[in-house]
Amino acid sequence: MKIRIFSSKINILLLTGLITLGSTSQAQEPVRIAFMDPLSGTFASIGNSGLKLLQFAADYLYNSKGGILGGRMIEIVPLDNKQSPTETQLQFRRAISDDLRIIFQGNSSAVANTLSTTISRHNRRNPDQEVLQINYSAVDPILTGDNCSFWHFRFDAHVIMKLNVLTDYIAENENIKSMYIIGQDYSFGHVVSETSIELLNEKRPDIEIVGNEFHPIGQVKDFTPYVTKIVSSGADAVITGNFGADMVSLARAIIDAGLDIPIYTFYAAYDGITATLGEDGKNRIRLVHNETSNPIPTEERKDFIRAFKEKNPNYDVTQPRITNALQMVVNAMEITQSTNPYDIAIALEDMRFVTMSGEEIWMRGSDHQAFQDLHVSVHTDEGVEFDADNSGYGLYSEYKVSAEDTIDETSCNMRRPRR
Amino acid sequence: MLEVFIFATLNGLVTGLLLFMLASGLTLIFSMMGVLNFAHASFYMLGAYFAFSISQYIGFWAGLIFAPLIVGVLGALVERYGLRRVHKSGHVAELVFTFGLAFLIEEIIQFVWGRDTKNYQYPDLLDFPLFTLFGQEFSAYRGFMIAISIGIFICLYRVLTKSRIGIIIQAAITHPNTVANLGHNVPLVFMGVFGVGTALAGLAGVIAGPVLTTFPGMAAVLGSIVFVIVVIGGLGSLAGAFIASLLIGLLQSYAIASDVGMADFLNLIGVSFERSHPLNDLWTLTLPQVAPILPYLLLVLVLVFRPTGLLGKREE
Repeated sequence: MKIRIFSSKINILLLTGLITLGSTSQAQEPVRIAFMDPLSGTFASIGNSGLKLLQFAADYLYNSKGGILGGRMIEIVPLDNKQSPTETQLQFRRAISDDLRIIFQGNSSAVANTLSTTISRHNRRNPDQEVLQINYSAVDPILTGDNCSFWHFRFDAHVIMKLNVLTDYIAENENIKSMYIIGQDYSFGHVVSETSIELLNEKRPDIEIVGNEFHPIGQVKDFTPYVTKIVSSGADAVITGNFGADMVSLARAIIDAGLDIPIYTFYAAYDGITATLGEDGKNRIRLVHNETSNPIPTEERKDFIRAFKEKNPNYDVTQPRITNALQMVVNAMEITQSTNPYDIAIALEDMRFVTMSGEEIWMRGSDHQAFQDLHVSVHTDEGVEFDADNSGYGLYSEYKVSAEDTIDETSCNMRRPRR
Repeated sequence: MLEVFIFATLNGLVTGLLLFMLASGLTLIFSMMGVLNFAHASFYMLGAYFAFSISQYIGFWAGLIFAPLIVGVLGALVERYGLRRVHKSGHVAELVFTFGLAFLIEEIIQFVWGRDTKNYQYPDLLDFPLFTLFGQEFSAYRGFMIAISIGIFICLYRVLTKSRIGIIIQAAITHPNTVANLGHNVPLVFMGVFGVGTALAGLAGVIAGPVLTTFPGMAAVLGSIVFVIVVIGGLGSLAGAFIASLLIGLLQSYAIASDVGMADFLNLIGVSFERSHPLNDLWTLTLPQVAPILPYLLLVLVLVFRPTGLLGKREE
């Protein structure tokens, strides 16, 4: 009898133990990641398509397969910074009070710079409450150069790397004898302009720079007056770093003026841009970017895109680097079995990671800049398996530069936290 | 240089006339009700989106007719059931009401149509170059924009000055009580004017959507400049709004087309600075770079030297 009571007590103990164990694994806290980008206002479309992709990638790659770190789900928390540095400060405070320690941010280098400075200061003053910045798109070189920070990682190639590829490509085109550069009047636009001039002078000294124009960001109603200047300058080609509405309006104005010259860009695709340019933009618009849109090299990436399109028929996988960044961050968490920003940062340094497309990304430890193959693609409807905006038109990769050829020197002199 | 000047003039005309379509409604509404309608540019955006949807199913021309009508009816409803109720609480309440309405419309548009740029194209019928000058095409659609805007201005002017309705409207602006005593339904006149004003904004949206791209930020880009025009032209003055619209359209266009900058000016007076000078950014400013802020500069100048605006009559 005694023994039986004893054993049943043990049973109950075991049972309750199991229940509590079970419930802890059930109620395991999610890993929360902030996504801080414009979700309203002029540039809302870019922010929203990024958010859709990040949420989908978290669900498709991890949450649907039982989560990460032994069963924890990833929760993406959107924070709308309206692409303004001031609003970013406010949203950062919110992130801190909500205990969000990993922030994905990509749009506008001005915002990324503010965030990086804010995070560095915050982390210095609150060593127990550090925050990590995952920059998937802001491409001002200074972020991994003079203003580099231990807490900032960039998963996109910066402007100088991209322009190196783009100018290599332009230099091969013997028909181009003159170039017009137009861009938004802020840090990124200025870097594009200065670097383009410098690199073109070096690679093709015979190309004359016939125009170098800046316009206020998000303020221009009609680009026709600018196009008039491009026409009268007699330029053979245009380079622009414009994005969002500024990019569509500029391209439309060029097309409407009947100006048939190539336009070299960074962001002239997706979010309605491809559909709006349609037939008129064919073989005229070119982009430099990482991860091809067509042809997609692996079935794994194709399945990912198809699954995304099935869930979001009106959106596209616009920025594959968001997925790459998430995968590398999760990889770092799994390696260290930790969600602590410092541990993640240490694991990310010099990580080599093979993406869904089979390309390898190297995250350089000295400045936290990622290196991977870069491509120049053309806006077309030929050979396009995955189109953009459901328009039948999309990007087709024409030119590739492998990762090791994009590696540059860095002026980063990183202040590392003492541990 | 001549080609730049001609095209700058044409571009300035297109922009200026488009701005006038917005400003005319706004200035009419202001002169009647004494309230600045902050949501005016939002009706412009609504026009573009309605026309985009209609053009998807029926065609551009149907959109050109029906979209402004829908926007006008919406505007009239806003006046009847929104503004008129708020009116009792005074002008500040009305201002805040229209301010809130602007945000509301923008959010609704993003909710219904999404946040990406819409592929709103002009009809094939107008998809040819009207003329080619010095290698640059001037599209037929831009010519069409100019024609519509001028047509609207003439109609509006004739209706307001020559027709019976126009006389009642003009009387209602200055002596609403007398007009009411004569047996006219003044609130109905107000509703009508608000409706027509917003319909004009809607029409501007319909014809601007295909060239200036249809996206949720299009109201914000144009909104503030319209207020500048109304103030410069003189609050409540239709002719003033017309002049100010063209003035600002041309001013911006010429400024962008020009190639002069601070550096040229400094050279002229014989001063030069090193590139490393701390105020280097200031010395290297060019006129095209500051073109979009010139209207605001003009606004300040007008307010300082002629507070009533170019053709304004108000003495308060």
